[in-house]
Amino acid sequence: MQVNISIKRHNPSAPDNNTYWEDFDLSMHDTASVLDALIKIREDVDGSLSVRCSCRSAICGSCAMRVNGHAKLACNTKLSDVIDADGRVTVEPAGVMPVIKDLVVDQTLFWDKVKQISPWLQPDGPEPEGEYIAPNSAMMDLAGVMNCIMCGACVSDCTVLEIDKDFIGPAALAKAYRFVNDPRDDQTKSRLIELNEKTGIWDCTRCFECVEVCPKGVAPMERIMSLRESAMEQGLDQTVGARHADAFTDSVAHSGWLNELLLPLKTFGMFNLGAMMGLAPIGLRALLRGKMPSIFHRSVPNVHRIRRIVKKIEENE
Amino acid sequence: MKYALFAGCVSRGGCPELYPATLKVCQKLGFFLDELHERGATCTGAGVLQEKNQFLGDVFNARTFAIAESIGLKIMTICSTCQGVMSQANKRLKENPEYLAKVNGYLADEGLEYKGTAQPRHLLWILIEDVGIEKLKTYVTQPLTNLRVAPFYGCYIIRPSDALEFKLHPEREDSLERVMEALGADVVDFPGKTRCCGFPILTINEKNSVSMVAKHTSEVKDLGADAMVTPCPLCHLNLDGYQPKAMQQSQQNINMPILHLPQLLGLAMGFDAKELGLSRHIISAKKVLSKVGIPA
Repeated sequence: MQVNISIKRHNPSAPDNNTYWEDFDLSMHDTASVLDALIKIREDVDGSLSVRCSCRSAICGSCAMRVNGHAKLACNTKLSDVIDADGRVTVEPAGVMPVIKDLVVDQTLFWDKVKQISPWLQPDGPEPEGEYIAPNSAMMDLAGVMNCIMCGACVSDCTVLEIDKDFIGPAALAKAYRFVNDPRDDQTKSRLIELNEKTGIWDCTRCFECVEVCPKGVAPMERIMSLRESAMEQGLDQTVGARHADAFTDSVAHSGWLNELLLPLKTFGMFNLGAMMGLAPIGLRALLRGKMPSIFHRSVPNVHRIRRIVKKIEENE
Repeated sequence: MKYALFAGCVSRGGCPELYPATLKVCQKLGFFLDELHERGATCTGAGVLQEKNQFLGDVFNARTFAIAESIGLKIMTICSTCQGVMSQANKRLKENPEYLAKVNGYLADEGLEYKGTAQPRHLLWILIEDVGIEKLKTYVTQPLTNLRVAPFYGCYIIRPSDALEFKLHPEREDSLERVMEALGADVVDFPGKTRCCGFPILTINEKNSVSMVAKHTSEVKDLGADAMVTPCPLCHLNLDGYQPKAMQQSQQNINMPILHLPQLLGLAMGFDAKELGLSRHIISAKKVLSKVGIPA
């Protein structure tokens, strides 16, 4: 099949115009991957193209890059799945991390984040005589996260890291989940206290980018949501995020839907004057445009049925 | 065509212009709407309630699905977030019969049972899948010629793509651009169209949330857009409501009008600014109106 690959190139040693798009026309086998095409370009067309790869089997995690704007492993992405009707596809380096040359990015940021969450087991007490015994069910759950091959696809496409490099980010937080939920680890609470800080679990926007692009089904965002739940269960319920989730749930459980006026008051605290002053101009602008939610919050019809369900679930689950 | 309308909280709360604009447009399209809220349907949980208690969220959504089944109507949503949260819940309920039975256990008191047949769909998808692009064009009385509009989807109508059944319905992926074209508008494509507006972290990290608003709105401004359109009222709350703060924080003059999808449809169908609630935006939409030749 005929393909036209448009590659975003970057040559740091070129004096000017060192980032540019270059098109390559190739004849490839119908089953070829994006990586096959990149290697063909490097071997046969332009030896100066830089691309990082190794196993070609979606195991080593070296070849994460953006294909048609979204992070993928070049080795397990078939060209036939990504070319348009005219045989065209675009390839760019991974996002968020600085580009060293062409499709190779500097992964320092990625590894620094992983190191930040102390990615090793921290058991208490004396070592057991034999192995640490862990229930199978617990380890099966963790296996999903241990599938992570550290390719950085999730970091590349994270909407928060794009604008704030201080966020711990999806890969490291998924790794944190793995240790928080490991029955052999005894630092659960202290790990959660750290993850509960600014730049941690509450800074995720729940945008699902990391879930969508992860080539190994790790679903980092779902792990982050689970960490939020664990933090609240451990009594770490006074962050703005936890209070927001609490207030939201209370509102729906009580009236069937959202009380938009009460939500910020409960989230920030009724007497948090600083936050209320900050909200005032927004509220005033909304008021002037007739956008303020009614101060009389009506419940949905038959709200007693909703409250009965909530009560039953609280008792049983 | 008859639908069970799930209007969501924000279309009658923080974005009160969305609800009447939707009713106007749906009436023009000849839709008969039965309102699920009048029948006691609850909020979807918006992904926030799910942080605290996903099971409770699934029970609430199964209950809404069961109510729609009981009146024999398909669900129409008008919010990307409602749509996504419903699709995610529906996937969990449909792929695991034991789980569904457990959830149904909590609905039995009301005589409700979710049988697993609901297919909640956003108005945007219904326009493509039930009305059809060619038919939609016949409703256009005021083509939006020369109006340059940038699409902004809202995360939950784009991801996770398996719950939204993109494989089964590939046309959903660029549905917004197709509808905009049918209305005669010029589509201003940009990479941020499927990214996050920042709304979910507004209370948690306002600086980051507002940075996202500044990034998206300034990007489309640089591309020469006259307006942005979104099928998600939560995106609207942030992109419109927090744009003044975004301009302040990023020290840029952006002033990008943000339209709800039904407002863009309404303009092309000949409704006036007042009927569509266009004066209720924080960022004035006057520029848009003058460009399409409608008095403000």
